[in-house]
Amino acid sequence: MTLTEKLRERISRAFYSHGLLCASYPIPIILFTALCILACCYPLLKLPLPGTGPVEYSTPVKDYFPPSPEPGVQQGDLGERPDWYVGAPVAYIQQIFVKATVSPWQKNFLAVDVFRSPLSRVFQLVEEIRNHALRDSSSVKSLEEVCLQVTDLLPGLKKLRNLLPEHGCLLLSPGNFWQNDRERFNADPDIIKTINQHEPKTLQTSATLKDLLFGLPGKYSGVNLYNRKRVVSYTVTLGLQRYDSRFLSSLRSRLKLLHPSPNCTLREENIIHVHFKEEIGIAELIPLVTTYIILFAYIYFSTRKIDMVKSKWGLALAAVVTVLSSLLMSVGLCTLFGLTPTLNGGEIFPYLVVVIGLENVLVLTKSVVSTPVDLEVKLRIAQGLSNESWSIMKNMATELGIILIGYFTLVPAIQEFCLFAVVGLVSDFFLQMFFFTTVLSIDIRRMELADLNKRLPAEACMPPAKPVSRSQRYERQPAMRPATPHTITLQPSSFRNLRLPKRLRVIYFFARTRLAQRLIMAGTVIWIGILVYTDPAGLRTYLTSQLSENQTQQREQKPGLESLSRLETNQHTWAQGPEGKGNGQPELGAEAEVTWGAEDEEIWRKLSFRHWPSLFSYYNITLAKRYISILPAIPVTLYLNPQEALEMRHPQEANRYHPFLSASQGKLDAEAQPDRASPKLQGHRDVTLYKVAALGLASGIILVLLLFCLYRVFCPKNYGQNGLSHSRRKRGDLPCDDYGYSPPETEIVPLVLRGHLMDIECLASDGMLLVSCCLVGQIRVWDAQTGDCLTVIPKPRLRRDSSGIFDYQESWDQSPDGKNGLDDSFENSHQLKRMLSPPQPPLFCDQPDLTSLIDTNFSEQVKVAESETRLRAVGSRQKETGYDFSSLVNKVYEEHSTSNCRNFGLAAPHGQAGFCVGTGSPRSLSCGNEEGGCSSRRKSLGDETFTGFDKSSPISSWGGDFESSVWSLDLQGNLIVAGRSNGKLEVWDAIEGTLRSSNDEGQSGITALVFLNNRIVAARLNGSLDFFSLETHTSLNHLQFRGAPSRSSISSSPVFSSSDVVLCQLTHTVSCAHQKPITALKAAAGRLVTGSQDHTLRVFRLEDSCCLFTLQGHSGAITAVYIDQTMVLASGGQDGAICLWDVLTGSKVSHMYAHRGDVTSLTCTTSCVISSGLDDVISIWDRSSGIKLYSIQQVGSRGAGATSSGCEGAAVRLCPPPNLTRACCPQELGCGASLGVISDNLLVTGGQGCVSFWDIGYGDLLQTVYLGKSNESQPARQILVLENAAIVCNFGSELSLVYVPSVLEKLD
Amino acid sequence: MPRLENCTWSCSCTARGRHKNHLGDTAAGLAAKVGDMLNSSVSSSSLALVGHGARSPSTSSVSSNTSSSSTLNLSQHLVQRSLVLFVVGAFMALVLNLLQIQRNVTLFPEEVISTIFPSAWWVPPCCGTAAAVVGLLYPCIDSHLGEPHKFKREWASVMRCIAVFVGINHASAKLDFANNVQLSLTLAALSLGLWWTFDRSRSGLGLGITIAFVATLITQFLVYNGVYQYTSPDFLYIRSWLPCIFFSGGVTVGNIGRQLAMGIPEKPHND
Repeated sequence: MTLTEKLRERISRAFYSHGLLCASYPIPIILFTALCILACCYPLLKLPLPGTGPVEYSTPVKDYFPPSPEPGVQQGDLGERPDWYVGAPVAYIQQIFVKATVSPWQKNFLAVDVFRSPLSRVFQLVEEIRNHALRDSSSVKSLEEVCLQVTDLLPGLKKLRNLLPEHGCLLLSPGNFWQNDRERFNADPDIIKTINQHEPKTLQTSATLKDLLFGLPGKYSGVNLYNRKRVVSYTVTLGLQRYDSRFLSSLRSRLKLLHPSPNCTLREENIIHVHFKEEIGIAELIPLVTTYIILFAYIYFSTRKIDMVKSKWGLALAAVVTVLSSLLMSVGLCTLFGLTPTLNGGEIFPYLVVVIGLENVLVLTKSVVSTPVDLEVKLRIAQGLSNESWSIMKNMATELGIILIGYFTLVPAIQEFCLFAVVGLVSDFFLQMFFFTTVLSIDIRRMELADLNKRLPAEACMPPAKPVSRSQRYERQPAMRPATPHTITLQPSSFRNLRLPKRLRVIYFFARTRLAQRLIMAGTVIWIGILVYTDPAGLRTYLTSQLSENQTQQREQKPGLESLSRLETNQHTWAQGPEGKGNGQPELGAEAEVTWGAEDEEIWRKLSFRHWPSLFSYYNITLAKRYISILPAIPVTLYLNPQEALEMRHPQEANRYHPFLSASQGKLDAEAQPDRASPKLQGHRDVTLYKVAALGLASGIILVLLLFCLYRVFCPKNYGQNGLSHSRRKRGDLPCDDYGYSPPETEIVPLVLRGHLMDIECLASDGMLLVSCCLVGQIRVWDAQTGDCLTVIPKPRLRRDSSGIFDYQESWDQSPDGKNGLDDSFENSHQLKRMLSPPQPPLFCDQPDLTSLIDTNFSEQVKVAESETRLRAVGSRQKETGYDFSSLVNKVYEEHSTSNCRNFGLAAPHGQAGFCVGTGSPRSLSCGNEEGGCSSRRKSLGDETFTGFDKSSPISSWGGDFESSVWSLDLQGNLIVAGRSNGKLEVWDAIEGTLRSSNDEGQSGITALVFLNNRIVAARLNGSLDFFSLETHTSLNHLQFRGAPSRSSISSSPVFSSSDVVLCQLTHTVSCAHQKPITALKAAAGRLVTGSQDHTLRVFRLEDSCCLFTLQGHSGAITAVYIDQTMVLASGGQDGAICLWDVLTGSKVSHMYAHRGDVTSLTCTTSCVISSGLDDVISIWDRSSGIKLYSIQQVGSRGAGATSSGCEGAAVRLCPPPNLTRACCPQELGCGASLGVISDNLLVTGGQGCVSFWDIGYGDLLQTVYLGKSNESQPARQILVLENAAIVCNFGSELSLVYVPSVLEKLD
Repeated sequence: MPRLENCTWSCSCTARGRHKNHLGDTAAGLAAKVGDMLNSSVSSSSLALVGHGARSPSTSSVSSNTSSSSTLNLSQHLVQRSLVLFVVGAFMALVLNLLQIQRNVTLFPEEVISTIFPSAWWVPPCCGTAAAVVGLLYPCIDSHLGEPHKFKREWASVMRCIAVFVGINHASAKLDFANNVQLSLTLAALSLGLWWTFDRSRSGLGLGITIAFVATLITQFLVYNGVYQYTSPDFLYIRSWLPCIFFSGGVTVGNIGRQLAMGIPEKPHND
């Protein structure tokens, strides 16, 4: 193997397992990918929006001079100077940043006082600025000369006419709201209303008037009623035409002198030049638009190739999402590592998409879609991935190579492009592998479901799937659940064929997804959130108040001395308010202090970037392709004393807030001090309530989310059918220690069923009942739950022997119960029962006469013997009631039966039947796989018996009578079908022990039987196959044979079935199905498979007995056959080979040389095939690839240690677990003869006097249960897995019921 | 680029008479070989790609040749294909010329620029014609050589090719290279990459080189006669990267032409 091939192999293996992983856990993986994308895109938040954002450039204030208009001149001096920085700016913006507060704050002040007096000072300030003039030696320079003279507003802005300056300096301040007239301000009763009257009601996108006049974002101004900080900020914005440094510095120094800001830390070093990009013109857009059109055409043509999937649109969307988010990821990652994109993102974006491409996605889809449809979804995904793995990797490498070459062009732009492309390619690969593959798997799964729905009607004969369904699609499909096959198949198909009108479908869609409810829910949540957030007493104010309160409290704790002294200094410096000095009383409340912090620096940055363009656009000045220079702001701090604030108060304001004040006053009968505190307290209490509620809600939500996530992570959807991938994932840790809690041996005590005299020959079970037959031909029916012997069907001639020995403990015990229960209800039959119940054996004496009589009458002349059947029905009714006493435990059931007795009619059966169908539906699904217990026994016994039988049957001679022995048994519902060595087929009632029908048309011994629905297929020794159909005479009874043997129906089924006439008709005979005796017979999924000694298998269709295929491939007699609902057929032969077949096409899927001897037993799980052979090795194979996973060799007389034959060249498949050596059978003989699979993870093998439980995923021995105390050398020859996961082994003449403890079930 | 392209096309225009005859032959040959494959559905698909512009002319042509027979079908098909190619070429010329003019790479006489069209009126028609000729030539040569082009025959790949071609033009117009040699080398590599990625046929390579050569000659000739000029010529009278652009343009148009020619088998598939 060359290096390339090795690499190739390895890559395809990696892709295979990756595909399995993705398909197994779609939801967690998608979540994980989404998280990755979000995390990688996070840095993008910091990038400015492409295209329209302004560009900044800053120069120091010191010796600033406007750049010369000649672009060429300055090219030399500063390299980093942007090329737009030429010529004078449109305007210089000078902001005077005012922070004002009333200090000290008196407690009886109103909320309006926070901003009314500070705002009133703006007029004075504006006046100062307007009148400022620089007096030079030569001349006087006033503001008018430097400032930007504006003309008319645009005609469309009439309503702003009074608010924005016209025909004069561009000077904006909050005073403009009142036309810079102090009197208007004083007369204004509601300041807030005035300010907010021009605010847009909806979401604001660009600058509002409030922002323009205040010069800073509205929320920073502090002009509202809930300003806990009590600091009001605003700016006076001044537009300057020319930069006159002397004038500006004189203005600055004067303002600073008048209103010093002692703790101001603003750096006033830089002039920021802001350049605004032009609006993009049509001409430049054309090439861009063209590229985008091409891009969309590319995407369109690419995605339309996606085919054979459930939802083309969904996948196309996923593909586009994959590419786009990989691009975003690449940009985000590059930004994260410090590379800022300099290219115009919009321009290179299409090229990036084209380079990255959608090809891989398409290739993946195609490859997955072209995998065989009958495979399981995750296997399809895995195979599809691994098929294309090599080409994908090759392409990827090629592209990376090309891009790397591009990187060496040393052109910065190309290098950057390449960098983005490389990162994009890698992230695209990542997304393809995780995101797209997973989406694809989901899609394919959906398609499979849809497919299945369509396909079902065609195979109406197919019985419903097992509840422990072998494949995901079956399990997921709710339509498979109904009781009878007919209703199942008809219902969905008719439903599907009905073309609903579109509008109905939309409504259905709404109903199905509960869209409306979810929307309402989400809406409510959002609404509540908004309420909580915007409520005046709510979250937001609470948060701000918390902050400010903390600050004030801290400040208050400081010694009063310090505050006092500062107060004095403050007052001292107030030039404007000398009167305030007298007011510094000691009872003053909190004293405010204006702080200047880093957040105040360049406050204009917090404005919308459309702020300046929109301001200038009002005057028809465009900023496109031009720039403005923003000068450092001049800080101004205003402290107002309380008296001033009081004076400023508008009378209406006092009135409006008065009632509030007086109420608290009356309560506290203080002057006015604490009234401010009391609402605060109230508010505080409210807030505490809110806080508790919000915290509770939040923690609740988080808890729920957490639990949900945990649930999703730990319980993936494919719960209970985790195949190999699951166990492989966790292989690293020791399974036993983790969850393989092996229960102490005492916990599993096998329930031994005794009663048979001789070795048990045949076994059959349907989950509730268990039927066994021993060599003498005695058939016993057991309750699989309790282990009680329900019925004994003796061979008539052996009656004497058997009656003495039969152990009737159970029935005797139970009869009193039944009698008591019935006493009150039914007197007449009571005595009859009393008479009947003690001599139970005599009851059976009568039986043969009766049955034989009926039998003959029945099969030949059904119509004539009308009255006789009636008689018979009565008789059986009596018998049945007599029997019911012993077998029924429940009063309820008794009532049923008594009512039936009373009526003697058909009404009750009606009800019963319905009842059975309803309750027993899940159980009935399982019938298909339980049949043919006998045939497996035949296999295990070897063939010698069959061959010998042709000449002389040892059993019959031994029996010494003319009746032949039972060779095969099957059970369904309450009917037992027994095939005898003389070719006679008998149908017995399991509960009553009566012979319901018999057919002896065939002469050759029946070696195997299949009883499925109402069909019986018997394989005869001469290689012919007989198809019988079982019919009942009454009309409704079609249901009852299919009627499920659920717990509730067991007792009731005899009631109605006994009234029916069972007819067993030979419908079809395939005389020469095989050249040699048929050794294996199985049916499932509407197919019947026979295996024969002539080395071939044949597949028949069950409904019309038509032979579909003859499968050739074995070089020895067939010994074991397995078929399940998913149409997977496995066969094992004497040549030691196992073949897997596709039942749909009849082709051989794989062929494995498994054993050095006969394959004795064969079974499958969803992911593996388990076989045992005469060489005492149990091998576990991967079902899809046919590669051996591991094998277990028994420690036996051969003394071989447990070996793990790791398959050569397939190391990726499950490596044999390291602890396999200790996991070996303690029994002496090999336990390979019999196998059973309980769940997908639990294997049961029978050994010498014991059964062992194995974990399939690890090959670990979980537990061994010893069946008897005496370790006699009785091997457990046959294992039946029942519904309740109990195992029955025929252990000599005894049966053992072993209940698997629930701990073991929890394994998966 | 637009310049160059129109040159390419115009060059092929000049050679048009020759090609005309050639076309006639090829048409017959094609009729025999491609036969029914080329019928109306192709045209509709290809038209859909280009847009409505081409539809009305196509219908008119259809109405004019209502006679019958496969040859007629074929000729009709040929007309439709060439129309599509013409429109594509003209449109590309417009767009790419716009790119170059924005960057002041090509200079047209003043009065031309002042008009509504960003470039001279004769550029788009020339480019369109040239595109039609080249686009028809490629499948012809393929069929003559007897090796039908199989590599990546799908519209998605064609679109990708076009996008890369536009990208190459974009790069040549907008990127700042240290010197012209670097620019030319880069573009040459890119063009070769384009060919390798989307074409990989010897005939394609040969034809592309021929086109590049002829087109460059014609452009030189045009500039020499002062029809227009380049701002900073470094390869005689033109820019040195022009041949590369011509080459990739030829490959691209050839790709489109081939796709159009073989559109039929793919149609039912797509639908």
